[in-house]
Amino acid sequence: MLDQLDAVLLARLQFAFTMSFHIVFPSFTIGLASFIAVLETLWLFTNREVYHNLLKYWMRVFAIAFGMGVVSGIVMSYQFGTNWSGFSEIAGPVVGPLMAYEVMTAFFLEAGFLGVMLFGTDRVGKGLHAFATYAVAIGTLISAFWILSVNSWMQTPQGHVMDADGQILPGDWWAIIFNPSLPYRLVHMVLAAYLTTALVVGACAAWHMLRRRAQEESRVMFSMAMWMLLLVAPIQIFAGDQHGLNTLEHQPTKVMAMEGHFESHDNGAPLYLFGLPNMETGTLDHAVGIPKLGSLILKHDLNAPMPGLDSVPRDLWPPVPIVFWSFRLMVGIGLAMLALGLFSGIARLKGRLYDWPWLHRAALVMGPLGFVAVLAGWVTTEVGRQPFVVYGVLKTIDAVSPVAAPAVGASLMAFIVVYSAVFMAGTIYMLRIMSRPPHDHEPGPAREIPQRAAGITPGGAVGATGAGRGAR
Amino acid sequence: MGLGLTLDMTTVMGLIVVFSVFLYVVMDGFDLGLAMLFPWARGDDRNTMVNTIAPVWDGNETWLVLGGGAVFAAFPIAYAILLPALYAPITIMLLGLVFRGVAFEFRFRSARRGRLWDASFVGGSVAASFMQGVALGAVLQGVTVVDRQYAGGWFEWLTPFSVLCGVSVVVAYMLLGACWLILKTEGHLRDDAYRWARFLLFLTLGAIVLVSLATPFLLGEYWQRWFEWPTMALTAPVPVLVALVALALLRTLAARRDYWPFPLALALFALCFAGLGVSVYPYIVPGTLTIWEAAAPEKSQAFFMVGVVLLIPVILVYTGYSYWVFRGKIGADAGYH
Ligand code: HDD
Ligand code: HEM
Ligand code: HEM
Repeated sequence: MLDQLDAVLLARLQFAFTMSFHIVFPSFTIGLASFIAVLETLWLFTNREVYHNLLKYWMRVFAIAFGMGVVSGIVMSYQFGTNWSGFSEIAGPVVGPLMAYEVMTAFFLEAGFLGVMLFGTDRVGKGLHAFATYAVAIGTLISAFWILSVNSWMQTPQGHVMDADGQILPGDWWAIIFNPSLPYRLVHMVLAAYLTTALVVGACAAWHMLRRRAQEESRVMFSMAMWMLLLVAPIQIFAGDQHGLNTLEHQPTKVMAMEGHFESHDNGAPLYLFGLPNMETGTLDHAVGIPKLGSLILKHDLNAPMPGLDSVPRDLWPPVPIVFWSFRLMVGIGLAMLALGLFSGIARLKGRLYDWPWLHRAALVMGPLGFVAVLAGWVTTEVGRQPFVVYGVLKTIDAVSPVAAPAVGASLMAFIVVYSAVFMAGTIYMLRIMSRPPHDHEPGPAREIPQRAAGITPGGAVGATGAGRGAR
Repeated sequence: MGLGLTLDMTTVMGLIVVFSVFLYVVMDGFDLGLAMLFPWARGDDRNTMVNTIAPVWDGNETWLVLGGGAVFAAFPIAYAILLPALYAPITIMLLGLVFRGVAFEFRFRSARRGRLWDASFVGGSVAASFMQGVALGAVLQGVTVVDRQYAGGWFEWLTPFSVLCGVSVVVAYMLLGACWLILKTEGHLRDDAYRWARFLLFLTLGAIVLVSLATPFLLGEYWQRWFEWPTMALTAPVPVLVALVALALLRTLAARRDYWPFPLALALFALCFAGLGVSVYPYIVPGTLTIWEAAAPEKSQAFFMVGVVLLIPVILVYTGYSYWVFRGKIGADAGYH
């Protein structure tokens, strides 16, 4: 029994670890692919060299991030079988086809046109190249759609039937795919990816402006990033609020944990800002709260009664402290994004967008926070769903593989070591590119490759019979 | 046991799995094989070699995701049995693919550590290829199943036979890689590739013979397939065709006809695949579970099937397009000015 528990815990840790590494890259590539597509469109229509330079500059970063997204994603797709074979067997008839659709509609599209996007600049015309870029950008969005559909179904399952052996079978595919939490999760996640990317782009621009480099390119990208924040951060907060209301309807226990509501409130629940959730005693110690605001936000009524965790059997409680704090972290960063967006709005009105060092410092510091918010959001979502994998239908304990704890432990160690080494290196390479300002005649991925590697100047990275076309 | 191949939905699903695994094996096979030839390549040639596959490797690897995904979608019980059984080989394969996949970009990003990433490119490819062969061998020799769950230990996969399969796949992938290089390059790199291909062809044939000799002894069913009527009618031509294709390959290598070795090597792979298919059908977990016993309910299969019919042709078209964009030879010393 103890052994079994260990294996479950290790499998969860391994999934959480590999998934957290993976999601960092999609959050960036989804946003960056769209950003590059916009830059390319602007270049096509205005022919301004700035856009072309920025396009090639970010494409090099994209190539690295995308590569890491792909390899960490392939690991994820096999984790379901290796570590969660119980889940695969029981929920496979529903989950499997959806993931297969993701491969067929999204992954092939991304992969098929990625080569043309990165290396085809000199081989296809401008128009076709733009088409390839759009295909990749749309592929990332389609991918988000399917995988979030799967995840949302696991949060708010519907449209399935249980058979006599305890397998979960599809009943109504439409209901499964468009389950109640999909719209909220899809909007919230895609906006999260856009905001995360905007923060990175903004920080990169701010860094160069603080050092007074690459004036035009930095300005253009800073301005674009700040518009994104100013416009999208408020939408994201609204979307998050709607998401929470939807969760309250379908997964009330999760919301109780997010809010720290251990006790039921018959006459208006407070909004806790701070507190130390104590699972043993079932109380929120040292709580600081605003009376009745919780009911106002969640029920739009000051005096609405709110049941708390004391109305739920203890063995169905999620780990409250994790959910409580990760939720606050995400919301806090969301508010900080709004503040930065407003700051940039004021700077713009005063005509000081490009020469207000404090604004640039703030943007620089905010650079990595989008990733933190994304991770915090997913931790809220996933941990808040415990002890279920498929909410209310399949428990995590029953989903695990019959693999001995030492095997899972050993592979977890291997993942930690390899991922740390490999993805740290990748992050350093991306930062290195970003630490140099974009400049005129920016090399794209294709041209730069042979030059850097060989130390001489062979062009035509992928030159065909007409090799050398890519050479200068 | 007859060979009645009834064409119901489940059989078609099985064919789809075989199709995507086959495409994966040949497409990622040549780029994994190419990486494993690195240690014998001269410095600058390595860049040329990487450049022949940089635009297409991601698409090649996606067939692996579809192959796994198709088993998951159409035969979830088999997926749930086989993956835990292959826990270590799959994990090592995935880690190998991580090392290899990032090396494409990283080796150009760091002048100092370029060699380190070359090593990770080669090592990752060896690990991935070897483990794919081991996994194949482990499936062929059968896994212990109790109550529709994997019940073997965590080293059941490791046997002399599975190691033999691992080595065979490594060698065969290298042959594909060498033939790909003959197709895509010129100059001294192509000369090297011709030499490698010839040598590797002999190794590959040796591996095919060894695996074929060992396979019939693994399970009674295989023996029946290969040596008893009427299935012999199907299995007997396979060795003959293998010999013919190998001969043709040898001749095109000697005559240095750049465009032939690669398709012939593909044909060799196709034949081996067919041979395996005839041995194993209709099992998906050999000796234990047939495709019908492991099948997802019809509603899952039908939904997946619609996607396959509508989408796979489109995928093949644009995959073909991206190969076409990067068609032709890459001069070994192209672009030096
Ligand atoms: C909201 C977005 C999102 C989420 C939640 C996930 N992914 Fe992902 N995934 C992507 C968004 C994405 C992407 C944007 O499409 C990627 C990221 C970078 C990239 O290269 O493509 C990708 C790549 C990617 C690949 C490689 C595709 C290829 O070969 O081109 C696989 C196999 C997976 N993912 C599998 C998964 C699995 C099994 C997940 C869940 C457990 C998962 N992803 C969560
Ligand atoms: C994209 C970002 C995601 C992150 C950061 C994430 C994170 C996590 C974490 C932290 C856990 C462990 C929770 C716990 O054990 O307390 C978990 C569990 C799990 N998640 Fe996710 N997840 C993500 C997406 C997904 C998606 C898209 C799916 C399904 C399609 C999924 C399926 C699962 C499963 C099957 C488990 C295992 C059960 C468990 O350990 O609780 N997750 N995830
Ligand atoms: C400030 C206002 C925000 C609110 C009120 C909010 C609300 C929520 C809620 C209630 C959930 C959990 C839903 C569930 O599990 O059913 C969630 C999840 C999540 N949040 Fe937020 N959020 C906010 C800001 C942000 C920001 C700024 C980001 C990232 C840039 C972000 C990224 C995520 C992610 C990735 C998830 C997990 C996926 C999902 O369930 O959609 N959130 N958010």
